[in-house]
Amino acid sequence: MNKVLATLLLTRNKMDMADKKKLSLIAFSGEFDKLTAVFTLATGAAAVGYEVNIFFTFWGLDAIKQKKGRSFVGGNWLTKLFGFMMGGLSATPTSRFNFFGIGPKIFRSLMKKNNVATLEELVDAANALGVNLYACEMAMHVLGLEQKDFIHEVKDTLGVATFLEISEGGRTMFI
Amino acid sequence: MATHTLDITKEHCPMTFVKTKLKLAQIPEGDVLEVLLTEGEPLNNVPRSATEQGYKVLSIDHVEGNVHKVLIQK
Repeated sequence: MNKVLATLLLTRNKMDMADKKKLSLIAFSGEFDKLTAVFTLATGAAAVGYEVNIFFTFWGLDAIKQKKGRSFVGGNWLTKLFGFMMGGLSATPTSRFNFFGIGPKIFRSLMKKNNVATLEELVDAANALGVNLYACEMAMHVLGLEQKDFIHEVKDTLGVATFLEISEGGRTMFI
Repeated sequence: MATHTLDITKEHCPMTFVKTKLKLAQIPEGDVLEVLLTEGEPLNNVPRSATEQGYKVLSIDHVEGNVHKVLIQK
C-alpha cells in the first residue's frame, strides 16, 4: 500500500514539475544587444507567469555589477584592469556596429524614440517581477569578483550542479 | 471594488505584459483592471496570460481603430 502511495506521489510530483512553467537563461555574453535579449525574454516570461532564473557567467557578469560604468573592480592588478576594460551595464558594447562605443548610444536613443524598453528599464522590470539572478562562482573567481560587487538583487553564487537542479523541469537557453 | 486603468497602447513587447502584471500585483484582490491595448500580440496574449495566472477576464470590447479594452478582475 505504502509503495503504491509513494509511486502515486512521485508521479504527482513529476506532473507538478512538468506543469510548472520555468525558463532558465545562461547569460554568457556581455554585449548590449545580447543582454537586451536576455532581459526581454526574462521579463516577458516572468510577466506571463513563468519562474525565471538567469545564471550570469563570464562576460555576462558585467550586467549585474553594482558599478554600471567602468571601474577597477577585481582582486589584483590584472583582474582590476580586466574589470575596467569590461565595465558594467552602461559600458556594454554592441556585438555589431559598436563604433568605439557610439553604437550602444545610438541604439539606446532609437529604443527611447520608438518607446521600446531600454536595457536598464528591462533590468529594473526583471527585479520588480522577481526574476531570480544568480552569478557563476567559477567565473567570479577567475575575474576576482565577489558577491558584494554585484547588485543586491543577485540571490546567490552558484556552480553548474546547483544551476542544473534549479533549471530542471523547464526550458534552458544559452545567450 | 474599484476599477483601475492601464493604457499599454504605446508599449511594445515585453513591457505590455510587464506593466499589466505589475499593475495587477499592485491592486487589491477583487478590484478590476481596465487595460487599453492594441490588436496583435497584446490583444492575443494579455487576456490569455491573465486567465492562465488565475485572474478573471470579464470582457473584451473594441474601442476604436485597433484599440481594445479588456477588463480583468483580480
